[in-house]
This record gives sequence, structure tokens and C-alpha cells, in this order.
Amino acid sequence: MPKLTIDGIPVEVEPGLTVLQACERAGIEIPRFCYHERLSIAGNCRMCLVEQEKAPKPIASCAMPVMEGMVIKTNTPMVQKARRGVMEFLLLNHPLDCPICDQGGECDLQDQAMAYGMDHGRYEENKRAVRDKYMGPLVKTIMTRCIHCTRCVRFATEVAGVEELGALGRGEHMEITTYLEKALASEVSANVIDLCPVGALTSKPYAFNARPWELRKTESVDVMDAVGSNVRVDTRGREVMRVLPRLNEDVNEEWISDKSRYACDGLRRQRLDRPYLHRDGKLVPVTWREALGAAAERLKAARPERIAAVAGDLCDAESMFALKGLMASLGVGNLECRQDGAKLPASSRADYLFNTTIAGIERADACLLVGTNPRWEAALVNTRLRKRHLMGGFKIAAIGPALNLTFPVEMLGDGPKALVEIAAGTHPFAQVLKDAKAPMLILGMGALARPDGAAIYALARKLGEGLKREGWNGFNVLHTAAARVGAMDLGFLPSGKLGDIGAVLDAASGGGLDVVYLLGADEIDMKRLGKSFVIYQGHHGDAGAHRADLILPGAAYTEKNGTYVNLEGRAQLAMLASAPPGEAREDWKIVRALSEAAGKTLPYDTLGALRQAMVKAHPSFAHIGGVEPASLAAFNGAAGAPGSGAFAYPIANFYMTDPISRASTTMAECTEAFLNGSAPLGADRGTGTHG
Amino acid sequence: MSPAQAKFEFTAANLAEAKKIIAKYPPGRQASAVMPLLTIAQKQNDNWLPQAALEYIAGLLGMAPIRVHEVASFYTMYNLAPAGRTQVQVCTTTPCWLRGSDAVVQACEKALGIKCGEVTKDGKFGLKEVECLGACVNAPMMQIGDDYYEDLDAASTTKVIEALKSGAKPAPGPQGGRKTSEPQGGPTTLTTLSFAEKP
Repeated sequence: MPKLTIDGIPVEVEPGLTVLQACERAGIEIPRFCYHERLSIAGNCRMCLVEQEKAPKPIASCAMPVMEGMVIKTNTPMVQKARRGVMEFLLLNHPLDCPICDQGGECDLQDQAMAYGMDHGRYEENKRAVRDKYMGPLVKTIMTRCIHCTRCVRFATEVAGVEELGALGRGEHMEITTYLEKALASEVSANVIDLCPVGALTSKPYAFNARPWELRKTESVDVMDAVGSNVRVDTRGREVMRVLPRLNEDVNEEWISDKSRYACDGLRRQRLDRPYLHRDGKLVPVTWREALGAAAERLKAARPERIAAVAGDLCDAESMFALKGLMASLGVGNLECRQDGAKLPASSRADYLFNTTIAGIERADACLLVGTNPRWEAALVNTRLRKRHLMGGFKIAAIGPALNLTFPVEMLGDGPKALVEIAAGTHPFAQVLKDAKAPMLILGMGALARPDGAAIYALARKLGEGLKREGWNGFNVLHTAAARVGAMDLGFLPSGKLGDIGAVLDAASGGGLDVVYLLGADEIDMKRLGKSFVIYQGHHGDAGAHRADLILPGAAYTEKNGTYVNLEGRAQLAMLASAPPGEAREDWKIVRALSEAAGKTLPYDTLGALRQAMVKAHPSFAHIGGVEPASLAAFNGAAGAPGSGAFAYPIANFYMTDPISRASTTMAECTEAFLNGSAPLGADRGTGTHG
Repeated sequence: MSPAQAKFEFTAANLAEAKKIIAKYPPGRQASAVMPLLTIAQKQNDNWLPQAALEYIAGLLGMAPIRVHEVASFYTMYNLAPAGRTQVQVCTTTPCWLRGSDAVVQACEKALGIKCGEVTKDGKFGLKEVECLGACVNAPMMQIGDDYYEDLDAASTTKVIEALKSGAKPAPGPQGGRKTSEPQGGPTTLTTLSFAEKP
């Protein structure tokens, strides 16, 4: 390993590292704009210049590989002068509009100009002005501020996989733009806003809304998909102003999807802020006492087998555990969390987890996607698959309708036929999986949420058992709902005679159910709930609330402390960032209060006590932030012959999949721009200095 | 962004030529052929590259259209808007300017009836001021198509342009009478050297 000296400190680093990385290991900060550890090296901003002994001029440390015996100096007058010079050049054409720039307060250029720049500029000519570009409804551009670091271009090309951003012209006339000024068609496009070291690319929905120092920052997790991206929720007062990614190498690295980032404006609209009861043909506001009394009365009056409870896609584990406890004390066995009717068994955790783990994708060498479009169902799993593809030597095939995953995928047919052949070993791809050192299979809800889902699961599972290697489990289920794995872990599943959501709805429409308790469940067909008394506990006036006879207003994911288990089986904590609106309450408290009203008081009064009870009953919740590897036992479920119909992917519109994103105006704009392909409304034409 | 022209495709001969160029690069590196292909396309398409041509070449080389557009917008010899079938490029960098390129530009403007950066109404000629073309020894000079016309003054420039306008092709090279870049007025050194064959 090369040994080098940095500012007199001897350092030994792995070969292949750059001088900049070696400096970081030695604890020395090197200023930079274009360099980013997750992108390729461009070396065009020149801010990272350092002095190398025996070199005639300063070197760009981000692009210089370490060599044995190098002597690097980062604090000499030469380096300081070089940095001041580079900074002066970068600022030549940069407008002095910090007071009206949204990046102000979190701007690399601002910070580094303070730390390394001169106290004045010597440039007296006119600065250049660049016309703003249209990049879609999410990314606002003020291109006069651009310093041409090309981070956004490299992100779009490498990570997002949409080669639409580029730098046109040269020298003084260089401009960053999307091809033909179209919207940047990627599910992770808004990450360029975080990457932009200046205020050239800023957040359009958040424009001029707040300054960073006004915001209270809460570290939390995202619930827009089952990935469980780590996020930071920034609030001002009660309002969630924005959501930003938080670093977690095992889950989302440092990216989040556009939905995770921008659905938060949906938290302000369509909210349920007080209890409502259906009286004389319409919903009327009532007090909590009345509402809980009415619910308890109905639950006590009905026979247990004529009650059902359905948990939704955004529920925290605590509320589901409490509701399960309440239902158990009432003797109700008709519980269900698989709103889409996915035929998922739960005999052991490995049955329904993404066992390879998201980071594990990088070790795989072959992959078969079955009935899943990861680009929409879990955008960050897709970026991992793409990352693995770019490393080379990755064979990936898919069964399902045509896909564009931003990397080439071999399509093996659109229905179960190819899966049958691969399971039987007669398909050429079976050999690929057999020969692979770390093969993986990703089974999506598109293959399971259909009448022959159980047969397809059995087939895929049988195939998955053949993908086990030493220290490797290649069987993966790709969930789409943030609450699903937590609900499966808690056993929020039928133990009564109504075996799945279809049976629950059939019973309800046939008059076989008196009370249906919807815990944030909005994705089922409400028309089929028949004449049953529907209690809806949730936070948005969506499908469930429209059908409800009684509404108990709950809290959204930013408004409660809750546990969410992501598709890998990783339990993570969402933190309360702001209080729920009006009279809405945290969900587990509502269930606890209802249990008291129903005379079946649950044995916990605090969240801590609830969590203790939950961990005792379900030990997998004890390990917050980590994944407990689950072993894949032999599957003994009934196999059958799958049908022949093509798989249908579960998500029709990436931007609207749950009550929060459906209430979001930003997501509505994205739907308009990306799905309906409408022309940009009044493309931005200013220059930032156009007055 | 270049104006709309709906379709572009190489002629059979140009496609064969393009394939030959592409074959020079190892598999997976076809993008290296982008510059010669742009040149061929520009020659085929009246000396400019419409959007359709950029996209056609992108398709041919398996590149994203933005990557081709980046290249085409970086280099000044690619025209992204109609630039005249015959492009007159007058060098006005210091050596040519010292030797009277202003007069050459004026003569061109007068003979063609357009200003620098414009195209004649019939689309036949485009006039452009360019930076050094590397023929300073024969300054002032201009490039027309692939040919250099050197040692110019107002009169000889007008003559060349008028000849081109009438459809003739004036002889390229120095217009002042000397041969290539030999010293003006005959050799000044090595005058005693004899090239006569030894007996």
C-alpha cells in the first residue's frame, strides 16, 4: 500500500485512491466543487489544487492517483494563492445575488468563498448572463449561477441513467441544458438539486419558501415506497417544508426518489383534522368521546366473525400492533394487510423479505425480475441494479411486459410461461442462474397480486431455493408498500375464515360483515364494502374516508414516532417532526383509547411500553436499523398450475401511489409533465439578471 | 438548437464511407467516429447539420443525442443552422489583420452583399469571420470550402468571389503570384546554391 506524507502526517492508503481521498483519510479538508465520491472524476473546477513536492505546479488532487513516497502540502502560501485564484475565476461570472438565491445558507460556493477566497474581486467587466432552461416541474434553473462543475450531467448519465443532460458550447459560451429542453425524465431527477454546489439548480416547489436556518431538522424515514429511504424532514412551525435524503449506504446511499422528496406538500392538503360520524346521510363533526363511543358500541355489538380489520400501506408498526391486540381481545381473526391481494405466505420471514438486501445487489452476478418494474416500484433498488450493471458482468433478465429500466434487460416473455420453463430448467436462462456465483430473483407484486399468485409464488420460491449459495440468499420479494413487511412481521394476517382481501370484500358486499375497520387502508375497492359500518382511521380524505361511516383522524408519517420495516426487513424509526393537525392524534393512542372505550383496555399507556410489548411478541423489531438474516426453509405451500395471462405491473403512475402523493400538487404536476406528456407551461426564459 | 428539417439519412455512398470509419474503432468505441460522421453529414446536407442529422448519427453510433449535440456545438466547423452551400471564412486574427484582412472582409461583404455571419438570399454563400487558420505566412487569407486562398487584397478577393459566383472555380493558393510560401520577391538566402545535376 502506498505511503505518503500529507502536511507532515504519514498516511498509508489503498492503491488507486486519489490524493484528495488520501487527504480526507488524514483528516484534512480539501475544497472542491466538481468532485463527488459517487460520480466519475471530472477535474474541471480546479478548486482542489494542492502542492506536491518536486512537481512544478499545483496538482488537482481529485484526479491525481496516490503514489509511493508522495509529499503533499495543503496549507502552503502556494496552495492558498492557487485556491484564491481559482475562486476568483469561478466568481467572475457568478452573479452577486446571494440575498435572493435559494441556495443561500447551504451553498458550497458561498462557504468556500468565505473560507478560501479573496476579500474582494478585481473583475470590472460585464458578467455573462445565461438563459434559464426548462428541466421539468421539479428542478428550477437559474443558469447564470452555474459554475460548470458538470455534477448534474454526470449524475443523470451515471446514476439516473437518463442521458439527457449535457454541456453545449464551449468556453465562455458553455451552457448546461437538457436535450431539446425537455423535462428530465427520471424518478431520481431531483437529486441534482442536492448535488449542485451553487444555486443554479434549486427546488422548484420549494422556491422562496424558507431559509435553511429557519428550519427544524428531524431525521426520519420515508414511506412513499417500501425501500425505507433515510430522510431528513425540515419543518418550520407545524409545516413540513421539504424532505431531503440522509446518508445510509445500506439503503438509499445518498439519493431519494422524487416522490419521497416532493410528495410532502400533500401533507398540507385533504387532511382529516377532527372526528366525523355519518349521521342522517352525511358526515358531521363530532367530539373524540362521541366518536370513540360510537366505534366501541359497534365493535361490541357485532359478533367477532362479522368484524374485519384492514391495515393500509402507510401504517406504522405500533398502530398495527395495537389494533391487532384490540382485535384479538375482541376475538376477531379477520385481519388483512395485503390490500392488493398479493398471495404472500408468512410462515417464515424469508418468505416475504428482500433477502439479498439492497446493498447485496452489488455482489450479485445474475438477476431475474418476475412481474416487477423496480424503476417505479422501488426507484432506489433500480439505481442499485443500474450501479451493479455499470460494474459489468451482470446478466439481468425480466419476465413481464416491456420495461425501460435505464439499463438493458433481456425480456423473456410477458407471462408465467417463461417462469415455468426456467423453474423446470428447460429455458436457457435457467443455466445462467445455475452457473452464477450470486444469482438473485426479484419477485414483484405484479406476479403475486393475481388469482394464480399462489402458484406463481410456489414456482418462484422453488426456483429461489436453488439460488442459495454459501452466505447468499437470492430469493427476493419486492414490496411496494412501506407498511407491508412490518404488518407481515406482526402477523396482521387472517386467522379467521376470511383468507384474503378478496374474501373480506366478498363477505362485506354480501352483507356478511357488520364492521370493517380500515387503518389507513385506501387501496381497496370501497364499493365492495356493502352495508357494513366502516371505521376509517387515517390522515387523508382519500378513498377510505369517502366511504367511512366514522372517521378517526390519525397522524401522517412525519407526525408520529413510529417503526417502519423496509422490504429488506430493516426496522427503522420515523420521528415526529411536527404535530398532527387539529384534533388528529397519533394512531396507536387512538387504538389505545378505543380499547378503553370498548372495555378491553390494552396493557400499555406509553409508546415505550407498547414497543416493549411489541419486541417481546416479535423479536425482529428489537434490532433497529439492521437486518436480521432470515433463512429460507423448504417451501411446503400448495403448488398449482399458473395461468397464462401477462403480468401487469402494480403501479400505473409512479407519482401517485398513496393518499399523501395523491393529495400533492407537485405530484399532480409531475403526472401531467411525465405521464401525460404535456408541453411545459411557459418555459422559463429569464436569466436571473433580466430584471 | 438547429431549425427543423424533418428527415436526414446518409446516401448509400456516404453510408458506406461512414461504415468504413466506424470499423476503424474497436467494438464498444463506435462513438469515436462521431466527428468524421458529422463532417460527412454536413457535406451531404448543404454545409449544415439539422437536428435530424444529429439524431441520425446518434442512432448510428448508439449514443445519446445530447452527446452528439455536445460535440457539434463545441466545434466551430459544424454549422447547426444553414450557413450557405459555399462558406467563405475570412481569417481576422492578428497576422492577417496586420496584413490587411479588414479590406478582405470588406471586399467579401461588397461582392456578396451580406455582412459577416449572414447567408445570401439564394442560400449559395455564407460569410464568416474566423480565428487563425494557420496560414499566417501567406496572410491575409480566407478559406472557401476546403480550399485556402492566400496573399489576398481587395481586388484579388473580389476576383475570387466573382469567379465563384459565376460558377467557375478559381485556382486556390496564393493570389499574389508567388509559389506557395516562398519569399516574396524571390529567394533571399542560399542564392548561390546550385541544383544543377553533377556531371
